[in-house]
Amino acid sequence: MRPVYLDNNATTRVDPDVVQAMLPFFTDHFGNPSSIHAFGASVGAAVKTARRQLQALIGAEFDHEVVFTSGGTESDNAAILSALEVMPDRTEIVTSAVEHPAVLSLCADLEKRRGITVHRIPVDRHGRLDLEAYRAALSSRVAIVSIMWANNETGTIFPVAELAELAKEAGALFHTDAVQAVGKLPIDLRSTAIDMLSLSGHKLHAPKGIGALYVKRGVRFRSQIKGGHQERARRAGTENTPGIVGLGKAAELAMKFMDDENTRVKTLRDRLEKGLLQAIPNAFVTGDPRERLPNTANIAFEYIEGEGMLLLLNREGIACSSGSACTSGSLEPSHVLRAMDIPYTAAHGAIRFSFSRDNCEDDVDRVLEVMPGIVEKLRELSPFWAGVGEAPKTFNPVYA
Amino acid sequence: MWDYSDKVKEYFFNPKNAGVLEAANAVGEVGAISCGDALKLMMSIDPDTDTITAAKFQTFGCGSAIASSSALTELITGKTLEDALRITNQDIADFLGGLPPEKMHCSVMGYEALQAAIANYRGEEWADDHEEGALVCKCFGVDEGMIERAVRVNKLTTVEQVTNYTKAGGGCLTCFETIEEVLARVNATMVGESLIAAEEAYKAGSTDKYALKIKTRAKTAVPEPAVVSGQMDRTLPPAAVQSPRPEAPAGRQMTTLKRIRLIETAIDGMRSTLRADGGDCELIDVDGDHVYVKLSGACTGCQLASVTINGMRQKLVEATGLALRVLPVS
Repeated sequence: MRPVYLDNNATTRVDPDVVQAMLPFFTDHFGNPSSIHAFGASVGAAVKTARRQLQALIGAEFDHEVVFTSGGTESDNAAILSALEVMPDRTEIVTSAVEHPAVLSLCADLEKRRGITVHRIPVDRHGRLDLEAYRAALSSRVAIVSIMWANNETGTIFPVAELAELAKEAGALFHTDAVQAVGKLPIDLRSTAIDMLSLSGHKLHAPKGIGALYVKRGVRFRSQIKGGHQERARRAGTENTPGIVGLGKAAELAMKFMDDENTRVKTLRDRLEKGLLQAIPNAFVTGDPRERLPNTANIAFEYIEGEGMLLLLNREGIACSSGSACTSGSLEPSHVLRAMDIPYTAAHGAIRFSFSRDNCEDDVDRVLEVMPGIVEKLRELSPFWAGVGEAPKTFNPVYA
Repeated sequence: MWDYSDKVKEYFFNPKNAGVLEAANAVGEVGAISCGDALKLMMSIDPDTDTITAAKFQTFGCGSAIASSSALTELITGKTLEDALRITNQDIADFLGGLPPEKMHCSVMGYEALQAAIANYRGEEWADDHEEGALVCKCFGVDEGMIERAVRVNKLTTVEQVTNYTKAGGGCLTCFETIEEVLARVNATMVGESLIAAEEAYKAGSTDKYALKIKTRAKTAVPEPAVVSGQMDRTLPPAAVQSPRPEAPAGRQMTTLKRIRLIETAIDGMRSTLRADGGDCELIDVDGDHVYVKLSGACTGCQLASVTINGMRQKLVEATGLALRVLPVS
């Protein structure tokens, strides 16, 4: 049976066209783009082409605003650390409670070790940012605001353009972790006040280990990785040329498939959601019903735990992920769902299905076929489940 | 994905004795939905022989929680209460061919449910017997008695192991010091009883709480091989988090004088580097976390002065363990 891959927010399959574009850069065009000879020159030209392809995807005004990095995490770290260095008189960071660990862990570390004050803006039950709290946190003490474009778990989209304007008024730099948004949403950076943007290759059908940081022209930037003059001295180290070429090709393809992502893929997602909610009682979709990525469905199944569902789905050849405590390795359920105040009865049973252009109708059919049985099986095992339409069983365990 | 043994998978995919036991005359309920684990154990006990004739379970939890519950019902069916009470969480884990260390608490939950069910049958209040100590971990509702027992039965000697077995400290970590105290106290008693060697016993302050916190948040799923086989091999080299804290002094307890001396020593250490480049610096004042320095010689007017200041701050932070800011004055 053909496996069903619905975990595209975790990572995507590298597009075969991307692989083809990359291959010559391992063998024929292996040169170092910094070299003066012909081996280097041809590679240098390919890097430039890739930079322009990425520039087009994110609507940057200049191609040199694109700095290639090793991925989303490096870009996030580079942006935030740079801002603190170029504005030493400002010692506060504004971020959201639902950011990726690449931002949240860094902020916690800065708070602890460097005495930086971090404002984590809360979200409501649909994962929407508390704009009042955001405005209140902005001040002349804030060096950088780092708010994600779209949430990796629920797909909720934040109004980053508007948030960037507000940050600008306060004189703070604005960075957005757009790892989940790039390639899924049309982005035109030149028309926004966004100063920096992080993106990752492997979320848009390019390989792992390549990403980029957009730094708007005129924004002061201090490199975290010291060494050679590569990337205009903003990211030292010999370029990952096959990766860069792959990311460029993936950017070009992403533009081509942007419509597909927002029409066909979105329809698949919607059909899955609707089908699951119709077939399975006590289930609901999390995230902002209006402003949401077209590919992400995060559904909470009440009174059961996510890991069991993932194991049973995996046995059926279906891959997706869960915000449950048990699968993440930490003992608490997803910080995103907890920030949204989703009750524990549901947060432990939240499953994320994330689509890409590689998915088709059959994939949705397969999930709709097996999921009701899986949920039913686990609910029969659950001491909390009392039946459809019934209040959960009174269950007062010793430690409750 | 977790590295589950084949037996864990078998007992998860096809759990034995799942569901409601109508004829139950002993019921034990443990865990809580907030923790992501809850188990209801139902047993039918023959009052004449005190033998468990049937057992069923209902579990809310991950694969290993369901497998542990099912394993428990298999282990106890046919046993007398006396024999059943001798079953430990380790027996449940062994029956399943071992559990990943992070999942050991599932077997502890099985043990707890059995104790609770037998107490229920005997008309005893098991909770009272259990809650002999104060609540330690508020996130997961773990009290002192439970930690003590887990430490004793499984010969635990690190805070990390306590978290893996009981979940205590897996959340906000505010209970960290209390776990340390309990662990050190119980270990000391165990040394007295020759259950563990003196050098294995936990020493309070030997774990970096911050490193532990990072670790519990982003834990690798790689189990220590010795644990999978069911026995904690304490001869393994201690993990990074257990290594003694570096010599960095704790900032909060330091007196102002000590802080300033520390800063002074650190700056003196840097001067030789600056002098090599024809520059120099001087400590002018320390006000709270602000360190005022005066750059002189070649440093004056150097375009890289801000880089130097930044480097100084990093070195100072490293040397003193304090969150300091370095500000140049002319």
